[in-house]
Amino acid sequence: MLKKVIAIAFFMAIIVGACAPAGPDTIKIGVNAPITGDIPKVGEGTKFAAEMWLEAIGGELEIGGKTYAIELVIEDNEAKGESAAAVNQKLTTQDEVLVIVGPQSSKQAVPAGGVANDNKTPMVSPWSTNPATTLDRPWVFRTPFLDPFQGPVIANFVTEEYGFTKAAVLYDVASDYPKGLADNFLSGWEDIHGADSVVAFESFTTADTDFSAQITKIKNTGAEFIFSPQYYNEVALIVQQAHELGFNAPIVGSDSWGSAELVNLCGEDCYGLFFSTHYAADGATGATKDFIDAYNAKHGYIPDDVGALTWDTFLIIQKAMEDCGEITGDLAVDRACVRDALAQIKNFAGITGEMTFTEQGDPIKCAVIVQISDEGTFKFYDQACP
Amino acid sequence: MQLQSFFQQIVNALQLGSFYALIALGYSMVYGVLMLFNFAHGDVFMVGSYIGFFVSAGLLALAKTGILPLADNVMLGLVLVLTLFITMLLTSFVGMLIERIGYRPLRNAPRASAAITGLMIGIILETGNLAILGPTRLSFPALIESVSYDIGGVLVTNKKMVIVFVSIFLTLALHQFVRRTKWGMAMRAMAFDFVVVPLMGISINKIALLTFALGSALAAAAGILFGVAYPVLDPYMGILFGWKAFVAAILGGRGSILGASLAGFMLGFIEIFVAAIFPSTMRDLIAFSIILIILTFRPHGFFGEPYSAQLRL
Repeated sequence: MLKKVIAIAFFMAIIVGACAPAGPDTIKIGVNAPITGDIPKVGEGTKFAAEMWLEAIGGELEIGGKTYAIELVIEDNEAKGESAAAVNQKLTTQDEVLVIVGPQSSKQAVPAGGVANDNKTPMVSPWSTNPATTLDRPWVFRTPFLDPFQGPVIANFVTEEYGFTKAAVLYDVASDYPKGLADNFLSGWEDIHGADSVVAFESFTTADTDFSAQITKIKNTGAEFIFSPQYYNEVALIVQQAHELGFNAPIVGSDSWGSAELVNLCGEDCYGLFFSTHYAADGATGATKDFIDAYNAKHGYIPDDVGALTWDTFLIIQKAMEDCGEITGDLAVDRACVRDALAQIKNFAGITGEMTFTEQGDPIKCAVIVQISDEGTFKFYDQACP
Repeated sequence: MQLQSFFQQIVNALQLGSFYALIALGYSMVYGVLMLFNFAHGDVFMVGSYIGFFVSAGLLALAKTGILPLADNVMLGLVLVLTLFITMLLTSFVGMLIERIGYRPLRNAPRASAAITGLMIGIILETGNLAILGPTRLSFPALIESVSYDIGGVLVTNKKMVIVFVSIFLTLALHQFVRRTKWGMAMRAMAFDFVVVPLMGISINKIALLTFALGSALAAAAGILFGVAYPVLDPYMGILFGWKAFVAAILGGRGSILGASLAGFMLGFIEIFVAAIFPSTMRDLIAFSIILIILTFRPHGFFGEPYSAQLRL
């Protein structure tokens, strides 16, 4: 019995020893990413961008004349809301990170943001566009624009580009992101063209593959184009079925289109179509191009918007930490310092555009309109700013 | 609704109904012969689609080497026919394997155990696929060069014609098989009495294997046609189609082949026309309420017999 107690005590000592808080010379940064689950490509992009940043700074950062080693604590949230919240709990209390990057989708970022806020730890989500993520949470920030901004941007763009007046919307009524964005587009379009200018507002349910009834109906209403804020796999089916049913007018999309998979699945049917997103890889210049080239050289494919936004997020927290001036080693003080520095950031030049945070922790930034070229790349076409 | 658009929706409904009909046949046969709901059937459809993907990709690669000096169109047609045959054969083995491993050990177990076996096999097939092939969706090769025909303002593609034709042809072929052959007679006898017929020297295990093989082959055909019509494959694609086809099978009546097929087409029509007439947001709500009402008045489906020798549920 006594032996057992000693053995257990011994192991406890080892564990406690291993978990002892790192000295003030090491700064830990938490990464809350969907490494497994149904969007592993997003998790991979997050991880790659985070590691590239760590490599770019040589694993250390100079703050207030002192050099600190940077350690990334990358945790998997399985693309689930509850897991993401649990990961944040672990990162804030157990791993004692200074700041958290992630989670990516709103589904995870909304619950996880609450945990970070309660634990008074600054968190920056690189990809979540749902307003609820940062709403009334002083400790939570984000890098992308919001859906209530994206909807009207697309309405404006189509009006200016084509001069259309009659819109149709086709969206998944059972999924938060498409449903929210469809509503935002509807109000944006009606602000410009008046009531009843959206002649068809058709929906389907997640996992549907046949849209022929809705498209036939839309064609019949005389709509001049379709706005469809769907994910890339559904976009491929919608566009192909529209063409087979003789609907050859444009189909316009949102940032959920921006995956290299889209062109693999959709093929030539998608060439020439427009969608709004965070950045355009094809035709990029300057720092954006440097990042794309470095990423492509290392991992063999062009990073999509998640990678670029995660990269920007790391640059922003780097700036916030540097602005802080001093890392005291007292976690509560340092976290508050980083939060305040984040809130102060103005006109930050990221590779996805220039950012200034509002009081809610949301950036004021431009959206990019991308055209799918005849080579299947995403080409910069236009920019829309608030 | 304009006349043109009405006929266009009929064409759309025929295509959607073809899938429900083909998948419903498998449910209906197993239910008829073994008094069992094979809930893995929707996932057999998925497996068939994936096997079809690899078979057709292989055949297309073979065709590219110029092994046969044929025109492109003829070659593509040949690839489609061969893909159908090979995939149906391979998938029928998958079906038989499921019967042998999943259902035979539970032949005398309560029916509920067998039903959840089906659910578990379904989950194993989905997650197994996810583990082996990863979450990236596959793009089914274009086995039919899409050509649209404009018939008085109604657009009909050659894809749609092939899909509807193959579906109806396979249904009639199965119907003839069950009506005209000795094996078919054995199946019908088994459906009539599960206890006495084995005493006549008919092996229930053989008939069960045959039933699963036939159902799975039809699901595989549906899988390939699905790939032709909706060329995005993912591991969970069988769930929704499976459920709806299951509804069609019950609606058609126990063990009735023509009934299941007819009910499959009817389900397609209901879904398409509800979405066409009412707001599409309400589609499933209204469509399945209609089916509930039909079942209230015809609880045994369209062609089901009110009395079955032994109800072993």
